[in-house]
Amino acid sequence: MAYRVGIDIGSTTIKVVVLDEDDNIIYRTYDRHMSSISKALKDMFEDLKSNFGNQEMQFNFTGSAGLSLAKSIDAQFTQEVISATRALREYAGGVDVCIELGGEDAKIIFFDGANVEQRMNGTCAGGTGAFIDQMAALLDTDAAGVNELAKNYEKLHDIASRCGVFAKSDIQPLLNQGARKEDIAASIYQAIVNQTIGGLSQGKKIQGRVAFLGGPLTFSSELRRRFIEYLNLEDVFTPEDGEIFVGIGAALEAADSPVTIQSLIDRIQAYREQHSDDKQNRLEPLFQTEEEYEAFKERHAHATVERLDPDDYSGEAFLGIDAGSTTTKMLVISEDDRILYEYYAHNRGNPVDVARRALERMYEELHPGIIIKKAYSTGYGEELIKNAFKLDGSEVETICHYTAAKHFDPDVNFVVDIGGQDMKCFQVDDGLISSIILNEACSSGCGSFIETFSESMGYDIGDFSELALEAGEPVDLGSRCTVFMNSSVKQAQSEAANTEDISAGLAVSVVKNALYKVIRAHDVTEEYGENILVQGGTFRNDAVLRAFERETGVEVTRPNIAGLMGAFGAAMLAKEAAAPNNHSTLLDHHALKTFEYDTKRAVCRKCENRCPLTVNIFGDGSKYISGNRCEKGGNLNVSYEELPNLYLYKYEKLLSYQPDEDKEYRATVGLPLALNMYENIPFWQPFFDHLGVRVVYSERSSKRLYEKGQDTVPSDTVCYPAKLVHGHIESLFEKEPDFIFYPNMPFNFREKTHGDNYFNCPIVAYYPEVVDANMSHLDMEAFNQPYLSLNNRKKFVDAIHKALSPHLDVGKHALRKAYDAGIDAYRAFREDIQKEGERALEYAREHDLNAIVLAGRPYHIDPEVNHGIPKMIRSLNVVVLSEDSISHLAQQDPVDVLNQWTYHTRLYDAARAVSAYENVNLVQLVSFGCGLDAITSDEVQQILERNGKVYTQVKIDEISNLGAVTIRLRSLLSTMEGRDYRGDA
Amino acid sequence: MATLEYDEDGRLLFTEEMRREYTILAPQMAPYHFDYLIQALNSEGYNAELLKSEDYSLIHEGMKYVHNDMCIPAMLVIGQFIDALKRGDYDPDKVALILVQTGGGCRASNYIKILRKALEKARLSQVPVISLNPRGFEKNPGFKITPRLLHKLHDAMLFGDTMMNLTLQTRPYEKEAGATKRAKEEIDARLADYFEHRRIFTWRRAKRMVHFIIERFRAIDTHPRNKPKVGIVGEIYVKYSPLGNNSLEETLEKEGVEVVTPPLYDFFLYTSTNRIIDISRYGGSRLEKWLWWFIIWYVEIRRGKIRKAMREAGFEAPIPFKQLKKLVDGVLDKGAHAGEGWLLTAEMIDLIEHGAPNIVSTQPFGCLPNHIVAKGMFKKLKSLYPESNVVAIDYDTSASKINQINRINLMVSNAFRNHARGGEQT
Repeated sequence: MAYRVGIDIGSTTIKVVVLDEDDNIIYRTYDRHMSSISKALKDMFEDLKSNFGNQEMQFNFTGSAGLSLAKSIDAQFTQEVISATRALREYAGGVDVCIELGGEDAKIIFFDGANVEQRMNGTCAGGTGAFIDQMAALLDTDAAGVNELAKNYEKLHDIASRCGVFAKSDIQPLLNQGARKEDIAASIYQAIVNQTIGGLSQGKKIQGRVAFLGGPLTFSSELRRRFIEYLNLEDVFTPEDGEIFVGIGAALEAADSPVTIQSLIDRIQAYREQHSDDKQNRLEPLFQTEEEYEAFKERHAHATVERLDPDDYSGEAFLGIDAGSTTTKMLVISEDDRILYEYYAHNRGNPVDVARRALERMYEELHPGIIIKKAYSTGYGEELIKNAFKLDGSEVETICHYTAAKHFDPDVNFVVDIGGQDMKCFQVDDGLISSIILNEACSSGCGSFIETFSESMGYDIGDFSELALEAGEPVDLGSRCTVFMNSSVKQAQSEAANTEDISAGLAVSVVKNALYKVIRAHDVTEEYGENILVQGGTFRNDAVLRAFERETGVEVTRPNIAGLMGAFGAAMLAKEAAAPNNHSTLLDHHALKTFEYDTKRAVCRKCENRCPLTVNIFGDGSKYISGNRCEKGGNLNVSYEELPNLYLYKYEKLLSYQPDEDKEYRATVGLPLALNMYENIPFWQPFFDHLGVRVVYSERSSKRLYEKGQDTVPSDTVCYPAKLVHGHIESLFEKEPDFIFYPNMPFNFREKTHGDNYFNCPIVAYYPEVVDANMSHLDMEAFNQPYLSLNNRKKFVDAIHKALSPHLDVGKHALRKAYDAGIDAYRAFREDIQKEGERALEYAREHDLNAIVLAGRPYHIDPEVNHGIPKMIRSLNVVVLSEDSISHLAQQDPVDVLNQWTYHTRLYDAARAVSAYENVNLVQLVSFGCGLDAITSDEVQQILERNGKVYTQVKIDEISNLGAVTIRLRSLLSTMEGRDYRGDA
Repeated sequence: MATLEYDEDGRLLFTEEMRREYTILAPQMAPYHFDYLIQALNSEGYNAELLKSEDYSLIHEGMKYVHNDMCIPAMLVIGQFIDALKRGDYDPDKVALILVQTGGGCRASNYIKILRKALEKARLSQVPVISLNPRGFEKNPGFKITPRLLHKLHDAMLFGDTMMNLTLQTRPYEKEAGATKRAKEEIDARLADYFEHRRIFTWRRAKRMVHFIIERFRAIDTHPRNKPKVGIVGEIYVKYSPLGNNSLEETLEKEGVEVVTPPLYDFFLYTSTNRIIDISRYGGSRLEKWLWWFIIWYVEIRRGKIRKAMREAGFEAPIPFKQLKKLVDGVLDKGAHAGEGWLLTAEMIDLIEHGAPNIVSTQPFGCLPNHIVAKGMFKKLKSLYPESNVVAIDYDTSASKINQINRINLMVSNAFRNHARGGEQT
């Protein structure tokens, strides 16, 4: 028998294993293929030949990137999960479950006798290996370093686990708040564990003997430990050759049809030659000719601020610090707006230290004849930096950016800022910032993705972006998010795309994401005007700039300080605010040398949100607290508790529907505090109470509760409120009511006559079916899930009579009475909410306050779903309303979309109602994964804009970081505040 | 350009004048059926054309004019329309667009309105949009569903399903490559003529046509049918449209399996059934309920005759709708009818019970009903039918093809393994 060779081509590596007749491994290699698979493969076969001579061997390919290649060279191919299964059967000696994590895909294999069930992750949850690499970059280390850090963790932070992009959004602020890197490293692993279990176990328990396969699980002992601890595993199998294990399986599967090594090399060579003309999904090059490029460079050489040697200047100077989410930027400008000093550095998790270093260097470089007259900060960390170094003031970043932009183009209409993590755009009308667009989580991290990717390819970001300019046929890499882009890059690499084309493709993807997902403009000039200024670190990349101009068809302005505009604007504002006899409070060089600070972690216990706080204590004894959602945990001794807040009001009101302690009940029913129950409890509780049935609720939502049910969620892309249902059902079973009642309700109340229909969304309508089909480890006999509509009394009574009969002996007459009681109570509830809404409006008017309508769905009042946003808004001294508390105030008009969902009708009406009030604005809360909101958000925006209102959307999911939301709302408020900010005021 | 007329809500109408002068463009949503639907329309005095462009640029147009969180069918269909108009293939002042609308609790019911919004953004608001739906939404003076047109559309669906069934059973086994394709071409030529006739209601002519089709397929020389069968279920657009599912049928046949795609007509009977269910459960017009019942009864009589003819000729025929409906009893309530609803689950069970336990469940990324009726049901199906081998594939404009292919490959590998094992046992 000839030697058998298994070749495993994964998304980042190639593994080769040679087995002899007795299944001994006699040769093995493991290499990163650095994106050129066919070349790496050819080199590898040459090596093989030099070791074994040109003998005949049985070759078998496996791995996601090997599929198309193996087919093209007419070689045997075995799908990687099949290979892994084979190797496990051979070597693991009986395994119940196998978890395999790779660079791109995650898999779980369940062995159950002859029956093997294999699962692969959904599209969203891709890129585990790539995710670890990116996180390592954030922590300023590599994958092995993350593992070392994780060994010394003390506590785990809650990190979103839906996907790498979302997880990063939670990790970034933790770093900025000074959380321990050790804890973050371990939390990253925990997020991977949650993602794997939440996405792949789908109701099957991971227990018994578990095998760990794939790069990350082989190389990272701490990742394994997280799995073991979380799942309480006792018997674990980690093969010695974990990284080549799948290759072994492929070798075992190799068919008995040996060929010589040379013949394969020839076929690969032929494939490389022929494959170069088989190119799918290619785009136009960024530049057709050298002249085009020259003209482009020439045009952009004009938007500059001059730099001045500080030794040639003395007099007043102004400091601006932009404490961004990933980087700190600092500028000192002269009286005539020239740059005396600049600083740009990654935070690397320590923004205060970075700022201190920057200030120290500033004092060293600037001679004493230059006097810092005023200093302003801006950005995510503006308050922290201001407090730490005693700056004179701070300003929200949009205002700083506009101030800076105006310096370059006094007529600027539209500013687009693409940073490493975020995208921000705003429109200027008649000198006023009229609307602000910020990206939501899915679009975040595009800028830094290019950077980390170029690093992983071994390029400096500057060189990498220059390559793009020479690209002949950029690859289309899609634009949904960086997880999808990463996966498309892997595909392009396996199709032998060159680095130039990938670099250009990434630039185009980032621009498309900004234009079509964030700005959502089909024609930017028509909607926002001709004078566009682009800025932010990502626009320093000429390829991104070019792609933007090409995609929009406009010539834009890009300042030479594109990455420093926030700091520049802050410095300009400091200059404007400077008064002759006034001196800056900024720490001087001496004070800076003795500057000390300490951070402490604490948990705010003033309400059930339990915000994790970071307390910064500075040398002079002053404190700065961050991490708090509302004013209670913060630095000021103020309370806004008397401000009307419909979200808090509704939540408390709903939970006040409790059984009467003195009454005797004949049975108990459990209701889950989830989805439409937040709308219907005021019906169901009185209904059941009337029947003599005590109602018990599941416990309040929390991250813990979610984790309790996450292993039975069948679809990882469903919305977070739906995922929470599983935890609520678990919780109800623990409370052991006689039965659990959770009806399917395709139809909602018919509230208004102008709707086209009155559906619930498919998730709200049918989620009980998912519970029934996926939580069979519980006693589903006790789970009652009839199909009901509350609109027709007779039909309702018929249906519920039948449904309740196994649990309750009750006649139709009693049911009719109970129905009436329920309907009355529900109506009273709705009226109460509407009254409270009117009171809140009146209160805002009387006290001359702003009000925000948080327009979402009934279940958005759950604090675990809204993550404390209502309280956060309240802490900005703003009245909070809900969509259903004011929707009755609107004129009934038809809308431009099919208006067939009751909750949506409320949204449209709320948007219309808002238009009547000067001091009220609307913020739409959208859950990730809510497909219907792709329709409603457009329509709500249209209604608001028609009435001269600004549209703001906040997308929420499992992510608990409110940093981006805070900036969004503060920006909205700054435009609302009489909309009176004029840059030249 | 014809005179533009609007209804009281400001909707641009398709007028009599337009009927005479305009070309009606329709998206290619199901290649086996839509050619015939267009022929049916044209035989009734319309000038309709299918958009067959699969050019990459249409995805770009879709992204530009449709909210990027909308599902892929909307992006592709609307992208295809706008791309065609922008490229100057048609005079925007001389075309109308037509879309099928079902009106369920899923966002697909909104495609028409989203298309209009997109047209407005693309400065094409002079282009009227016609809704083709069984519920009587949005009437147009120039587009009337006459009984004869309705019956022709019905015939087009019947023939489409028959052609699809027969092709899928024959093509993987043809001895001479291309024989099935040639048969289809011959049949298509006859069908074009078929729709031109005015007398359409009687079964006699349809019967002759059906027999011709079946005989023509029977004449193709084939190998024995011995490949593993793989079923395709899913959201209606990505299930049938090669543009939506990256040519799934072709991909699978190349992998060496026989594809089984359930009939499109079932989807329409399913939506009709849902009206009956809703009226019975939650109240509504009895007359309407009876009307839907009659339609299903009538369609099933004709389909029954075709099924019988197919079986007699040695082909496999789909199961009657009544039977299909029964399959979900005890698995999923028929009240679950957003999107493809219980039909999708029923089709999976039908496939598993009839020799195709290997299934690709296609869905647009972020499709809401699929969380319930597809992914939500896999666990239950696996426990009821341990032999089931289902893979869920998400389709999205940004999803990488390699990910899809890799998952399909895993399912197909298992299909072959199970098929070989099954072969030994019998």
